[in-house]
Amino acid sequence: MEKTIAGVNITLNDEGYLTDPQQWNEDVAKEIAVEEGIELTPKHFEILSYLREQFLAGEGLSIRKVGNSGIANIKELYQLFPGGPLKKSSRIAGIPKPASCV
Amino acid sequence: MTNKEENPLKKVCIICAKGTIEDVYATLVMANGAVMEGIEAKVFFTFFGLDAITKKQMKKLKTATVGNPAMRMPGGLPFPTLLGVVPFVEAGVSWMMKKEMDKLDIPPVGEFLEMITAGGGEIYACKMAAEMFKLKKEDLWDEVIDIITIGDFYAMCGGQNTQIIFT
Repeated sequence: MEKTIAGVNITLNDEGYLTDPQQWNEDVAKEIAVEEGIELTPKHFEILSYLREQFLAGEGLSIRKVGNSGIANIKELYQLFPGGPLKKSSRIAGIPKPASCV
Repeated sequence: MTNKEENPLKKVCIICAKGTIEDVYATLVMANGAVMEGIEAKVFFTFFGLDAITKKQMKKLKTATVGNPAMRMPGGLPFPTLLGVVPFVEAGVSWMMKKEMDKLDIPPVGEFLEMITAGGGEIYACKMAAEMFKLKKEDLWDEVIDIITIGDFYAMCGGQNTQIIFT
């Protein structure tokens, strides 16, 4: 599915995740966040860049790992991304939906 | 696979009545998986499941090495039931299970429970089982909300798109 987000032509899968993380930029993130009902703060961006870094390095992501990243603990992650601390943050970070059960 | 379900699940109420590593982790994975999806989760620990939230026991859960036909040796060879009664075999097998889970980033019980409550999940203990095992609130993990009856628990399990799961 093609969509123009923040002036960029972006390809999304059925669930609204970017299929190419390289099409991502901070304005795209802000606009996807609005769809999720989230207004991004510098803290959010710290998480997003951590997620992108890990994903691009080929690392699997789990909420436990992000919670141990030193950026925000798990409780704070739930506050930053209500109802989807890993799912919503991954979508906003322009990376695939995490395929982990934890 | 898409999540275009028009009538999504809103709440899971999970009852854990057994205290082996795998029974407890099944409960914890389901509860944590729910809160991570924005689904409300309430967990009721009863009978031997209480071990998972009892301070003295929660770090010492074991896998049954006797009467567990699905258990095999590393490499897939059958695991003779009689081997399961040999001293330390149960401890060794349980240690190995925990080691393998750690590789998958699955946390120890206490940390897993913290992850669930961090996401708004609620943990309860069964009044009848607590009385039977002579356990008081102070014997239980600090974030256990309360010791309640099954009736109290059912009273929290109402609402549309709620499921009760028994492990």
